[in-house]
Amino acid sequence: MSVTKEHSVISRILHKEMLDLLAKDKRIDGRSLSEFRKIEFETGLLKKAEGSALVTLGGTKVLVGVKVEVGTPFPDTPDQGVLTVNAELLPLASPTFEPGPPDERSIALARYVDRSIRESKSIDLEALALKPGKVVYVVYVDVYVLDYNGNMTDTAVLAAVKALENTNMKKFNIEGDVPVFSGELMPLIVKDYPVSTTFGIVGEKWFVDPDLEEEQASEGFTSFTYTRDGNLCAVMKNDQGYLSPPQIFEMLDTGWEKAKEIGRIMNWRSD
Amino acid sequence: MTEEKTKLIDENGIRTDGRKSDELRPVSIELGYLKHADGSVLYEQGKCKILVAVFGPSEVHPKHLELPDRAILRVRYHMAPFSVDERKSPAPSRREMELSMVIRNALEPIMMTELFPRTVVEVFIEILQADGGTRVAGLTAAALALADAGIPLRGIVSGCAVGKIHGTMVLDLNDTEDKEGDADMPIAYIPTMSKISLLQMDGLLTREEFRQGISMAINGSMKLYAMQVAALKSKYNLPEGQEKEETQ
Repeated sequence: MSVTKEHSVISRILHKEMLDLLAKDKRIDGRSLSEFRKIEFETGLLKKAEGSALVTLGGTKVLVGVKVEVGTPFPDTPDQGVLTVNAELLPLASPTFEPGPPDERSIALARYVDRSIRESKSIDLEALALKPGKVVYVVYVDVYVLDYNGNMTDTAVLAAVKALENTNMKKFNIEGDVPVFSGELMPLIVKDYPVSTTFGIVGEKWFVDPDLEEEQASEGFTSFTYTRDGNLCAVMKNDQGYLSPPQIFEMLDTGWEKAKEIGRIMNWRSD
Repeated sequence: MTEEKTKLIDENGIRTDGRKSDELRPVSIELGYLKHADGSVLYEQGKCKILVAVFGPSEVHPKHLELPDRAILRVRYHMAPFSVDERKSPAPSRREMELSMVIRNALEPIMMTELFPRTVVEVFIEILQADGGTRVAGLTAAALALADAGIPLRGIVSGCAVGKIHGTMVLDLNDTEDKEGDADMPIAYIPTMSKISLLQMDGLLTREEFRQGISMAINGSMKLYAMQVAALKSKYNLPEGQEKEETQ
């Protein structure tokens, strides 16, 4: 069941202010329409996790921990390892997040991060089958939103991919049907580096990387995730608004330019 | 493309169920299928069988959810346990929670919620038989049920998926095409406003294929829209050119 949420009174005042500014191609915090906030990252900051990354995008902080275990494959994909993405909107990240079972926002976030990784084939799931049909590696990606100041989607995708790139997992051998720890570690092979770019939408205007104020005042959001080659591996329109086809095509091109820029910041590309 | 995959489209561009790449599955619409609901429809698209009921506008429970300036919308997308090959647990899954949200987000722009503040409109979408594209078929049906309930609407939303099978972009995927294809892209379009209110994609598409997919889906949605309008007109005996469901 999904229910309409209340938009705060502040958001309506902001909405008007944003409309006036956007008419002049300006934004509340002075950024240009296609300007991201500053991106910083740190990897391997957790010792118990096989892989970890903390990504900061402006005031938004997302921590991702990767745990790898051995387990059984899904019956419909017996020759593939398992990738599981979960997202927690922690109550310490925002006064609007409440503890409890995942709500539709955290589910949508987790499923978007999952699609970005899975559909870009960043992880070769077939290479994670130890004994097809019986024993496979299970990769758990847990997304922890620590500080929410807008655009957690892009931050979460970056942190998840960075954490996977940082993952050093136990290498198992198969003896009979039983996985036995070999005593060695091996890196998880990451084959693609998907980058998500999210746009806020107000009327016919769009802008990249909405911060918290802009999120509250926007009518809708759309995220595009690009592979390294510039193909799309996930797209999602969020929130109540609507889009016109020309608007979508403009965002599609701008998003790719931004994804390349971000890829360079993350050390995923050098062109 | 691996060898063992079934051939989804032949040399002549004909799909497993005999359709061309830009052809919709046959649609059947039965408005007012349920007596008790304020609006309802039994909607079939190919092998998809979907029942939608609309209640409201009515009082909000619990009361603290009501909004002073608009109606709220409550949407549930739910798959019946017997709707798929292997029984699905009736408890709402993560997928169903996400789809309830994207469908609600796609319906909000057509609803004139400002006309009936402090009320709720409830939309219940039951997938009785699933065969690919159920979120957009459910949405198309929900728009019909809202109109059938007499809820003031800005327009009708029509949803349609496109996808990629064996390198070809095709319209309105069935279940096999969805599972074995390379990409699935559900889209909903509001013809009277020329706006897209639902857009998702998973799979792998070039940017050019994505553009092509958008225009194919818009064309498909326009065809569905014509069927939606015809069904509403025939139920309410409206002569041609008098489209009461499109309040401008």
